[in-house]
Amino acid sequence: MLSKSQAKTFFLGGTIVTFAVFLALSWTSLSNEVPKRTHEENLTPQVVRGKQIWEANNCMGCHTIMGEGAYYAPELTKVYERRGEGYIKAALMSKTPWSPRGRKMVAYGFSEQQANDVVAFLKWIGETDLNGFPPKPDLKK
Amino acid sequence: MKYRSQKVAYWFFALSMLLLSLQLVYGFIMGFAHMGYDGLHSVVAFNTARAVHTNLLVVWLLSGFMGAAYYIIPEEAENELASVKLAYAQLISLAVVGVIAIVGYHFNYWEGRKFLEIPRPLDYLVVVNVLTFLGIILVTLFKGKKRTTTALVLTMGLVFAALLYLPGMIWFDNQAIDSFFRWWVVHLWVEGVWELIMGGILSFLLIKITGVDREVIEKWLYVIVGLTFISGILGTGHHYYYIGVGKIWIIVGGIFSALEPLAFLGMALFAIAMYRKGEKKHPNKIALSWTLGTAIVSFVGAGLLGLAHTIPQVNMYTHGTLVTAMHGHLAFWGAYAMIVLAIISYAMPNLTGRKLYDTTTGLYAFWLSNIGMLGMTVAFGVAGVAQVYLERKVGLEFGDVQKEIQVHFLILVSCATMFTTGICMYIYEFVKHGRPSDEALVTQ
Repeated sequence: MLSKSQAKTFFLGGTIVTFAVFLALSWTSLSNEVPKRTHEENLTPQVVRGKQIWEANNCMGCHTIMGEGAYYAPELTKVYERRGEGYIKAALMSKTPWSPRGRKMVAYGFSEQQANDVVAFLKWIGETDLNGFPPKPDLKK
Repeated sequence: MKYRSQKVAYWFFALSMLLLSLQLVYGFIMGFAHMGYDGLHSVVAFNTARAVHTNLLVVWLLSGFMGAAYYIIPEEAENELASVKLAYAQLISLAVVGVIAIVGYHFNYWEGRKFLEIPRPLDYLVVVNVLTFLGIILVTLFKGKKRTTTALVLTMGLVFAALLYLPGMIWFDNQAIDSFFRWWVVHLWVEGVWELIMGGILSFLLIKITGVDREVIEKWLYVIVGLTFISGILGTGHHYYYIGVGKIWIIVGGIFSALEPLAFLGMALFAIAMYRKGEKKHPNKIALSWTLGTAIVSFVGAGLLGLAHTIPQVNMYTHGTLVTAMHGHLAFWGAYAMIVLAIISYAMPNLTGRKLYDTTTGLYAFWLSNIGMLGMTVAFGVAGVAQVYLERKVGLEFGDVQKEIQVHFLILVSCATMFTTGICMYIYEFVKHGRPSDEALVTQ
């Protein structure tokens, strides 16, 4: 029967081994995969400004991006491709709550420059390789 | 209680109760918004309610864990807490940071990263706070007469939780890397080190309630936390399937996530087996219900529902939908909310000397909150599956789908009302116990 010290070895050994594997995999992903998949060469200062605006206003508190965030408003990973620049800018610059289907968005009333930055960020996000996410609706006629 | 300084725990528990009740208010605001009643939009927009709801959860659980540590460590180490004054100062600073953060969320003062919304300057205060807490616990432990496995596992969980907060404080330009390290905090907390904390508290409760030999309980504690780490660390991969960090995580994350329920199954079987084996029948029936309850509900919520959602082929469709909310609610409730409520139920009679062990209100609180939460989980699940089908398979617009599934939020809010009734009864019992008293000291 298992003794307490064997159980302790199992705990410590298992933790150390899996953590080492985890660190190695993380290193490979971040150094080899991410730069290619996210097209890091396109990560311009404008895209970074867009990300700052995205975070400063907690857009993830309603929307999802790369499938992460809240479930109150649409997934935005492919929004640039789906809606185009004009539509996104209209929503961001609107002085009254944008509510195309009844559900209200906070009226941010961004300047043209800020809206352009967010659009650049969303365009960059839309070009990342996410292993096929979001899936194409296969029953759509 | 055996040590005068354990009384500090009461105030951490009281802070937990206060923040929990506030959390529920913001939950209702979101529930109604999903039903189409967003009258509060201009005052509390959805993103505010959401940040407040999840952050209050984290803070009340942390406050509960800290209270649990202040209660358990003196008893396990056989030593008074190193400094009671510092512990009170730490409590006040925790409350102050929490209040500033939550008020800030109403004025667009935050860092919009899911679960880590606390703005950077406040992060530093959190670090100071947690270091003070750890200092008190570690000094108490190392000056104590005994260093039990239960105390060590609990302390190890708390130390790692503090360390893992740090990767979340680094700025990354690349959203994929940002997200990658955000999960180091969030995932490795809830599916890693928090489970050590949970395991430590559970083991303490089982030793006290069932009277089974400490050696037996602590041996299985090692096995369970071992399973937790072996599955949970590489299980982080299930957050990396679709965020632009590579394909390898689909394989690694898929396999190790499938193992994650084993740790929770182990915990459930362990709790039940120890209960059946135990010869001592502790009169605190309410604490017993919460203790067995947390082991079983965490297996269902975190283990099984987590598994259902993290199979890569399924997750491709359910990722970023209400299905996540379904799993999230029962998992946090079962694994972390219930363990905090369990230790509070056990500690309160000992701290105050009022032995409300088997009251009708206490038992109703347990059943109403649990049935309410199960109902909410089902409502989220039905809404989520319908959303997945209509949006991701049929290709309807997000907004149109949300209108179709509004009705499920009526059920959700009804079940949430039942849940809230249960929590109100729990808090009523908490208040009825009164304040901690030196008269409750037990000399051995």
